[in-house]
Order: sequence, then structure tokens, then C-alpha cells
Amino acid sequence: MESTALALFELGAVLFALGVLGRVAGRFGMSPIPLYLLGGLAFGDGGVLTVKAATEFGHLAGEIGVVLLLLLLGLEYTAPELVSGMRKSWLAGLLDIVLNATPGAVVALLLGWGPTGAITLAGVTYISSSGIAAKVLNDLGRLGNRETPVVLSVLVFEDLAMAIYLPILTTLLAGVGWLAGLRSLALALLVIAIVLVIALRYGRFVSSIVDSKDREVFLLQLLGAALLVAGLASALNVSAAVGAFLLGIAISGSTAQSAAKLLEPLRDLFAAIFFVAFGLNTDPHKIPQVLGWAVLLAVITTLTKIGTGWFAAKRQGIGRLGRARAGAALVARGEFSIVIAGLAVSVGAVPGKLAALASAYVLLMAILGPVAARVVEPVVRSMQRRLAPAVG
Amino acid sequence: MNVDVTQLPGIGVRKDFEARSGRRIGVVAHRDGGIDLIVSKHDDLDDCAAQVPLTVDEAAVLANLLGAPQLVEKLKDDHRDLPGITTRQLPIGDESPYSGRALGDTRMRTRTKASIVAVMRAGQIYPSPGPDFVLVAGDLLVVVGTPQGLDEALEILTGG
Repeated sequence: MESTALALFELGAVLFALGVLGRVAGRFGMSPIPLYLLGGLAFGDGGVLTVKAATEFGHLAGEIGVVLLLLLLGLEYTAPELVSGMRKSWLAGLLDIVLNATPGAVVALLLGWGPTGAITLAGVTYISSSGIAAKVLNDLGRLGNRETPVVLSVLVFEDLAMAIYLPILTTLLAGVGWLAGLRSLALALLVIAIVLVIALRYGRFVSSIVDSKDREVFLLQLLGAALLVAGLASALNVSAAVGAFLLGIAISGSTAQSAAKLLEPLRDLFAAIFFVAFGLNTDPHKIPQVLGWAVLLAVITTLTKIGTGWFAAKRQGIGRLGRARAGAALVARGEFSIVIAGLAVSVGAVPGKLAALASAYVLLMAILGPVAARVVEPVVRSMQRRLAPAVG
Repeated sequence: MNVDVTQLPGIGVRKDFEARSGRRIGVVAHRDGGIDLIVSKHDDLDDCAAQVPLTVDEAAVLANLLGAPQLVEKLKDDHRDLPGITTRQLPIGDESPYSGRALGDTRMRTRTKASIVAVMRAGQIYPSPGPDFVLVAGDLLVVVGTPQGLDEALEILTGG
């Protein structure tokens, strides 16, 4: 009884503190993710205050948070959108992978974290935060801009790339060797292909399985299906997150819309717990040791993302200012970088310092991203003005 | 006129066209049913000077405001040979006693000699509405009559 009371008390305190942090973030128009991470760091091992009793719940809740994050991401897209996004932006998408995964991989190798560490950190620096990007585009009134579809299709490509990347990472982390690794990768690709075909042809059928007019029934069936698929995917080494993502894609039409509306508050709750749990498992004393690397990665990958957006927008005939805006919109890293790092850390296949580096990096990028999107226009304009007399 | 339709994955659809002034004008229709009015800047066509979120009602009213003057102009043109007859657009406001009631309830023709020739709603024209046509706040009535009759009609529609 004692421990239950303590766990409730701790959980309540953590959630309330997160609410306060979210309010502070909202006041400055920034993403709450970095503050959640900071909250986790403050409450965890070696932090200001140690929360022990609630961590057991935090672990499973964090896993559910990842499943919901990816399920909602899948619900946002329809299968035709994914296919046409892939077709339109594959070249920019490939450049995106080369430019933004390489810095992470190189730094991990320099720090002696081996190939597994390199693949993990490559994913962390590669994937932009579609959540932060979409919010920034809306807040800055850029939804109607010509470069916005370019930005969105790069994000779509990244999310699809993650559906292939996560199974690779899961296999590597499980340390099952090349042959078994290839087998599970082939399995993952097969599953993704099958799901896309099902979603394209029979999306209505999948939707009708989970759909219900009763809100309660709908919620339970939806959540149950998501966790079942996630568990199955996890057992097949395809990664729970990818299973949830694919389910989200398969659910379509009005069912997808009402599902997203219904699950959004749950996602916010469990995802917040996931970010805190990641912070809890990260030793803040290790951050100063890797802070230099985090800053270096932040600087390099800000430039490489801007380059990616510039290239993608140029191909669609967008002007210079629009190209710069497209690049800056992609700079933010957030939820999915933490999902990747969290996956690696929870298995214990990478050193604890990687968690510290990923935390510091995402803290920087989640704050830097929206700022970059805001200041890019005045900066480019003033550069053009300074360059103009020299040319003319 | 060519309206460009662009998918915005995860958000909705953008529909816009380039006006003769050179600026792009259009809407972003969100998945969840919301609609934003967008107007591009004049010096940077890629960028938007305004992105104004509109409710369904507001979008309908805006569509009426943009569509009704053309109809009224055309009708005025038709009546040019009949002196003393004019056309005006009269709104059904939120306060109007006839919002939610049948057009026949206004007894417009009997009371003012003016006739309601069309109703504009959500950018669509409903020509020659019958007495059973139910009016809704936000509708614009296109009314033909003498200036005096039209003044009386406005009073009826706003005050009863």
C-alpha cells in the first residue's frame, strides 16, 4: 500500500511538473519536447530529485508512447500520399540521408561506439521532427507557401525511410548476426510492401474492423489493435514502432480522422512520459563530456538540413528565399530522434554516453529548429542586400 | 481559369490560382474541415502575406460577398430599361427573426411589392426560391423592387 501511494504521488508530481513546463513552452511558442527531456534529466539518476517508484510504470508507458507516436504519424498519411511523396522527392530524400546521417555516424565512430552506435546516431541526426515542422509552418502562416509541399514530401520520405531503418536497427541491436539480420530485414520490407498494397486497395476493410460508432468501443479496439500489431512486429524483430506506423497507414478515410482525434490526448500523455523516461535513464553528469560533440553536430546538421531543403525546393523551381525557408523548416529534430536513441539505449547495446549525446543534441535542435525557421528570412534578405551592390 | 490543386500530406489540400494582379489567391482546406484563406506576397510569390483561418460560416459569408455583387450588377443591367426598379443584396443577420424560417413567412411580396429573385448561400446561387425555402443566417437575398420597397424589405429582414 505504501509503495502504491508513493508511486501515485511521484507520478502525479511528474505529470503536474510536465504540465507546468508545457505551459512555459507554449508561452514562448516553442516545442515542449526539450523541456520534457530536461524534466526527465532533473528527476533521474544523478539529477536534482530521484523518482524511483514511478519508473516501472514509466517504462511500459514510454513504450506505449512510442507506439502511439508512430500510430498517429501513420494516421496522418494516406497510402496514396506516401506513394506520390516517394515518387516526387526520392532524389532529395536520398541526398537527405547522405547529408544528415553521415555526420552522426562519423561522430559515433570517432568516439569509438562501433557500427551499432554509428547506425543509431546516424538515425538520430537524420530524421527531422515532422511534429515541430508542421507546427512551425502553421504558426508562421506558411501552409499556403509554394515550398511547403516540398518540405512535407521530404518529411514523408523520412517517415517512410524510418519504416525501413527501424527494423534494421532492431536487428542490429538484437545482435543476431548477418544472416538472421538480412532475413528480418527482408521480412520487414515484405510486410511494408504488403501493408501498402492492402492500404491502397482494401483500406476501407481495415478501417471497418476497428471502426465503431461507440466512442468507448472504438478507443478500446483501436488501442488493442495497435498494441497487438506492435507486439507482433516486436516479436518478429520488425520493431513495435513500425508495426504501429503501418497500422496507422492502413486505417484510412474518416475512420483515420476520428481515430486521430480520439488518440491525440492519449498520445500527448504517453509521449510526454516517454520523453521523461528517456531523460530519467540518461545520466546528466555525462552531458558535459559530450556537449562539445553535440554542439558540433548541431552546427553541421543545421547546415546540411538547410542544404537538403534548398536542393529539394530548387528542383521544384522555388525562388531563393523559398529555398532557404524550406531548408530551415527541416532543421528541427525531436520526437523520432529520441525514439531511435531510446530503442538503442533500452536494449543496452550502446554506451550510456550516447543517450547523453542524443539528449543534448535534441535539446539543441528542438530549440534551434523553430528559431532557424523564424530568422531565416531576415538573414537571407540582409545577405542579398549586402551582396546586391557588389553584383550591380 | 486554372486552379492549382496541391496535396499537403498530413495537412490537407491547397487550391489556388494566380490573379491578374500577379498574386496567388486561394485556400488551404485542412483534413479536419477547417479552411484557411491564403494570399501570396507581391514581391515573393512563393510566400504568403496572409493565412487567415476561417470557420465554415465565415467562409460561406466570404463566398457570398465575393459572388453576390456580380449577380446584382447583372440584374441591374437587365432592369436598366425600367426606371424606378432596382436590385439590392440584403443580408440575413444572426439577429434576423427570419433566420431558420421559411421565406414565405416574410410575406415580402405582399408587404413591400419587392420580390426575392435569388438567395446566395456559401458561394452558391439558389435562383427563384419558393415560399418553402428556409433562410439561414449568413444568406444574402437578391431583391428587386422600388427603392422604397427595398428599404422596407431590409427593415422586415432585420427587425421583423
